[in-house]
Amino acid sequence: MRSNNLKDKNTLKEKKLEQNNLFEVYEDLEKQNVVLSFKGDLTPDLLTSILQVIEKKLDINNEPVPVKRKVFNVLVECLQNLYLHSHKEGNKIKSTNNPDDIPSVIVMVAKNETGYNILTGNIISNESVKTMSNRLTEINKLSKEELKALYLETLTDGKRSLKGGGGLGFLEIARKSKRKLEFGFVAYDDQTSFFSLNVKITH
Amino acid sequence: MENLFIAGEAKTPTINFDYNAAELEILGRSIPENSIEFYKPVNEWLEKFKHSDKETLVMDIKLEYFNTSSSKCILDVFKKLEEIKTIGKDVRIRWYFESDDEDMEEAGQDFSAIIKVPLELITVDEL
Repeated sequence: MRSNNLKDKNTLKEKKLEQNNLFEVYEDLEKQNVVLSFKGDLTPDLLTSILQVIEKKLDINNEPVPVKRKVFNVLVECLQNLYLHSHKEGNKIKSTNNPDDIPSVIVMVAKNETGYNILTGNIISNESVKTMSNRLTEINKLSKEELKALYLETLTDGKRSLKGGGGLGFLEIARKSKRKLEFGFVAYDDQTSFFSLNVKITH
Repeated sequence: MENLFIAGEAKTPTINFDYNAAELEILGRSIPENSIEFYKPVNEWLEKFKHSDKETLVMDIKLEYFNTSSSKCILDVFKKLEEIKTIGKDVRIRWYFESDDEDMEEAGQDFSAIIKVPLELITVDEL
């Protein structure tokens, strides 16, 4: 976990996106083998399109079927976490710059030597930071068997959120990834923070 | 009683419930954002079936992917089948999975351990 100081953040905000640094952004993503990158509001249709693009890309890259399945499964859960979350938070949080904005999300899928990285980021309320951080820290401590036991316990607990979430998303992501979940928070304004998650899928 | 057919889409499976044959099939992908909404007619149909005079029921699950939101709904469907079995009908589930899909096989085993309905695991080359 890390938190930027406010000065850095303001400097970033003031830096305007222009033609020449758009190329820098492109080149940077290209160097890091980013196969898909998106920043904006996530809709169900867009979510479907992102999944289609990734499925096609995995086919073109001739990835083994188990890798394709894992990347797809994890991406589904990550995107739906973002979708359910940004909508839920959107009702509560008003961005200081544009009060009508639903906080937008960022999604990246990058290929590396050993597999894929699925990176997501979204704005969450400061109250959620501690809950989220505790939950992910706990999940990272669990063994394969303990993860499965907690998954089954949660599956059968009969609890559902209004949006249809069942508290299984992070558990499923951790089970499929078989690696520790990397996450971080950056203070965004008085009420909100940027939450980032990096899930690694290896061959 | 009428049959229930819902055509599969990018994020939702095909639902094919044949009342006369007492055969129910769920196939494809189940990854909707709101799975509760999608599975509502499925549970409603099963509730009606429960009170019908059919004595047997076979449910075939042929899923390529399902998300965690769907897993709770699938469990609800299986719980409904459990209810139908409790009142004396012969209920069976056949869980299909591709031979190299260990996660789907394990998911079938997990459901089998949770519910009191016979669940047969069937390996296929391709769903």
